[in-house]
Amino acid sequence: MSRIHDMGGRLGYGPVQPQPSEAVFEQPWHARALAVTLAAGALGQWNLDMMRHARECLWPADYMRFGYYEKWLAALADMLVAQGVVCAQELRTGQAMGESPLATRRLSAAAVAPALARGAPSLRSAKAASPWPVGTRVRTLLPARNTRVAGGHTRLPAYLAGKTGRILMQHGSHILPDSHAHGQGEAPEPLYTVVFDAADLWGQPERAGDEITADLWHSYLAPE
Amino acid sequence: MPHDHHDHDHDHDHPHALLPPDPALRVKALETLLSQKGLIDPAALDAIIDTYENKIGPKNGAHVVARAWAEPDFKQALLADATAVVAELGFYGRQGEHIVVVENTPQCHNMVVCTLCSCYPWPLLGIPPAWYKSDAYRARAVREPRKVLAEFGLQLPEETRIRVWDSTAEIRYLVLPMRPAGTEGLDLQALTDLVTRDSMVGTGLPQSPA
Repeated sequence: MSRIHDMGGRLGYGPVQPQPSEAVFEQPWHARALAVTLAAGALGQWNLDMMRHARECLWPADYMRFGYYEKWLAALADMLVAQGVVCAQELRTGQAMGESPLATRRLSAAAVAPALARGAPSLRSAKAASPWPVGTRVRTLLPARNTRVAGGHTRLPAYLAGKTGRILMQHGSHILPDSHAHGQGEAPEPLYTVVFDAADLWGQPERAGDEITADLWHSYLAPE
Repeated sequence: MPHDHHDHDHDHDHPHALLPPDPALRVKALETLLSQKGLIDPAALDAIIDTYENKIGPKNGAHVVARAWAEPDFKQALLADATAVVAELGFYGRQGEHIVVVENTPQCHNMVVCTLCSCYPWPLLGIPPAWYKSDAYRARAVREPRKVLAEFGLQLPEETRIRVWDSTAEIRYLVLPMRPAGTEGLDLQALTDLVTRDSMVGTGLPQSPA
């Protein structure tokens, strides 16, 4: 059920290669890719969950072949066309067919600092459900899937599907990505940090008693 | 989004395939097109890049950690409601709207990953390093954190439990590492200088005083 981006626990990868110190951006075009993506996002034609889903919907061969910022660029191009901000012809030729009606929303240099400082909080005051208390034993959905949109975006990783854990923290109600990524509204739900025993996830943990946590929404869970 | 999956690599209908193959040219093409359409201002791009190259980075997180080491009341407030505490310091913003600080102890070592993408507390640590975004780290940190830590040169005592935090929502985690021994007399700046980026992700420890 899961897409290519859902990597937790997968076998077959080599060592992590830490760099003790490195430039913030390895290549000048990496910086440009990040900046173009953020500036285009400020036009307000999609939300963070939609953009994550666009990256996840890259063809698996592209997802694995592309570097990090190549994924961003590809998803941005796909999103710009999907939302009608640019057309395929413009992408193909690299030439604009006239100024966009969205040009009034262009992010100015002076607006960058306030926009970055404002962020986009996902906490909402709406109480759609009574949250379960800290300490509650809960089981996650099996399989991990978007229950509203077939094949849609979800933030329940496959490696945590059908597992039992314990609510460690409550975070109030947050926008539900499974809805928000598909233009179906914010649908806020209680969000929890749930802690799992490594032995329950992997059978043979590296060390007995090690733990993994994830932040999971109310509708991903059922009390045991 | 429409999909038309063919059985070979380069022939598919995603619009991004219309862009030039070289990634540097790809981003240039997008930037030029969006500028022509009046949708982005190259000066705004420069301002975004300047922010993350020069203004927002791990020194913000290091300041928070050093203060938590030096001031018990600050630490208590930070562990209770980090978002409010770091906001007062001016460290609120994009990809750091909801912050939780988790404290390392001799019994429990914390380590942060995002298995689904690359979630990271930008206002405190800046843009994540390449290894944090790598497939290997995303896949392995939750299944074999001790092997991964060994690749960073970090061996934890057997009595220390690991808790790996998979950042699957908009909560962003900062690890509060243990204060190194021999730092009793140090001032805030000297403490700040010991705090490494990796120690705040949980893949390293702070430096020891010289």
